Amino acid sequence: MMFPEYQNIFTQVQVQGTPEMGMDDTGNNMMEERVGRPRFNTLAGLIGNGQIGPYYWGWTSMVAFATGLAWFFIVGFNMLAQVGYSIPQFIRQLFWLALEPPSPEYGLSMPPLDEGGWYIIASFFLLVSVMTWLLRAYLLAQQHKMGKHIFWGFAAAVWLFLVLGLFRPVLMGSWSEAVPYGIFPHLDWTTAFSIRYGNLYYNPFHCLSIVFLYGSVLLFCMHGGTILAVTRYGGDRELEQIYDRGTATERAALFWRWTMGFNATMEGIHRWAWWFAVLTPITGGIGILLTGTVVDNWFIWAQEHNFAPMYDGSYGYADYGSYEAFIGKEN
Amino acid sequence: MLPKWFNKWNQDNPTNVFGPAILIGVLGGAVFAAAIVVTWGNPAQTASLQTGPRGTGMSVPEFNMDRLDADPTIEAYYTEEPYIPEGGEDLAKDIYQNVQVLGDLTEDNFNRVMAAMTQWVSPDEGCAYCHGDGDPETYGEDNLYTKVVSRRMIQMTQNINENWGGHVNAVGEVGVNCYSCHRGENVPSEIWFNISPVNEAAGGWASVQNRATSVSQATSLPSNALEVYLTDYEPVNVHALESREEGVPGIDNASIQKTEQTYSLMNYFSNSLGVNCVFCHNSRAFYDPGQVTPQWATALLGRQMVIELNQEYLIPLEAEYPQDRLGPIYGDAPKAACKTCHKGYQRPLQGMNVIADWPELATSEAPVYE
Repeated sequence: MMFPEYQNIFTQVQVQGTPEMGMDDTGNNMMEERVGRPRFNTLAGLIGNGQIGPYYWGWTSMVAFATGLAWFFIVGFNMLAQVGYSIPQFIRQLFWLALEPPSPEYGLSMPPLDEGGWYIIASFFLLVSVMTWLLRAYLLAQQHKMGKHIFWGFAAAVWLFLVLGLFRPVLMGSWSEAVPYGIFPHLDWTTAFSIRYGNLYYNPFHCLSIVFLYGSVLLFCMHGGTILAVTRYGGDRELEQIYDRGTATERAALFWRWTMGFNATMEGIHRWAWWFAVLTPITGGIGILLTGTVVDNWFIWAQEHNFAPMYDGSYGYADYGSYEAFIGKEN
Repeated sequence: MLPKWFNKWNQDNPTNVFGPAILIGVLGGAVFAAAIVVTWGNPAQTASLQTGPRGTGMSVPEFNMDRLDADPTIEAYYTEEPYIPEGGEDLAKDIYQNVQVLGDLTEDNFNRVMAAMTQWVSPDEGCAYCHGDGDPETYGEDNLYTKVVSRRMIQMTQNINENWGGHVNAVGEVGVNCYSCHRGENVPSEIWFNISPVNEAAGGWASVQNRATSVSQATSLPSNALEVYLTDYEPVNVHALESREEGVPGIDNASIQKTEQTYSLMNYFSNSLGVNCVFCHNSRAFYDPGQVTPQWATALLGRQMVIELNQEYLIPLEAEYPQDRLGPIYGDAPKAACKTCHKGYQRPLQGMNVIADWPELATSEAPVYE
């Protein structure tokens, strides 16, 4: 049986030696903010770069971690308090427990701590944490003299986060519309949100978000598959292929041109991927923001705009003659 | 990282690992698939039935194939045809003392019903479960709570058969008798008690949800849905009936939390009958009565019926019960809901007619024999 060298699940070549420390062109100041003695991990090297660390700390990381942990512990200790500080119950009910937003009667005011006050405080810390982390993405890119594409990509996700927890509750006039912090409870919220507002599947922005989400998955698979298929010709060195197109690019491009008559370029495929990815939360966020503020029942809205079809024919067993026929027990 | 002798041995003994790796992969995959089939159920062992126009996704699946076999409690069911009175017989109310219900029965039929009730409710304890260990002369006494409760339960059964045919006879005569709920047990299974609030250190909506409880059907949905929706006529609907309506949720119209509460009730309905949402609704527009199945109306009536049973029969009996029959947290009376009778089946006892032989339980008036 032949098993060619290039057919592999994991990265085949790992370089382990003197750790790469990165540039230090500001007179030793940059190193002050990098922490962790670099080391190599063979397992990590199978799926990525084997070198672990150093890590850029900086004030943004510090603030983001501190406030993020504050959020984490407020949520966790609220859950623990809900089960009477019983550790076995805490473990048993962990996926069911949640820190819930305030009850609706409090509107946008500050409720008592046990009726959502902790939720407001925790949410404030989470907001600071996420926004500082977003800033970190910007500053790091700036220091590397990179484009800000990753910052804007993360900002798209932060947009959806802000819509769910800040913009929409404020427009609705009630913090109770925000999403609970809990494993199953946030899923309950998602279902209830769709049901309450007359089926989110008829929200056109929800439709767009799904298109971009599934499109992202498809593009990711197509691109990853294409590049892996031409790594034997150096296709994984994508940047080199962009400015000096080689046989890897030629083959990959021809494959798709001959498959569907059109192909991306080594650069353009990444623009596709980026736009599909960022448009997923951008369109989704617009859809959420419109729900309850502009449209309260998406199914009726869809009927008014002529894209929810009506079906002929009756529902249930009446159409099957008898109940026995309906349940398949008719002789 | 690995010991030197291990690396050395590997270097000295180069082996093609693909053969063993594929073997282990195939065997491991087979073991994994078998474990999944055993623990999660065989995906081939399901049934499904289309129940609406094509393209609507209306279908009722069955994941528990045992439910298509005969309900095991049907075999233990006891029934006996009535003795048709010829006229002129003495009636139970004339023969026995303190007969407040079933008094218009002839002696034969009265004893027939009494004997059946022991089979349905107290097959092990017999007559003594309600009448005590005394002589038959003492059977008129109301010393035991079981007798007081069962008298009220007989009235409840008569009320259901008399006034709630729209629910219990929705697809043909089925009716109810004691066995519909009791199934040979003193206390029916699937009764429920108030348990909310379920969370400590929390108030408002946060205190009644997010715990796996029997009432929440092990979900994190609110645990007070039965309490709110099945002991009073609180509206369950949450939708706006216009594409746009003014108002703040939770104050002017339904909140997300209220929606979860209704969802909890609907989930209870589904589990009680072993069906999914689209058994009654077209899930694309849950609220739209123009797109529901006939079962939707049956379920609607069922809810009204359960509220009446809880309000007028079960909750007022609270003072009669001993402590061990009352709720574990609030000492409230045991209450009924869909599953108390349906037991996970679309139709209780799979649609067996349990009233044909028992005209005495079909009406609160004097029975009519045919």
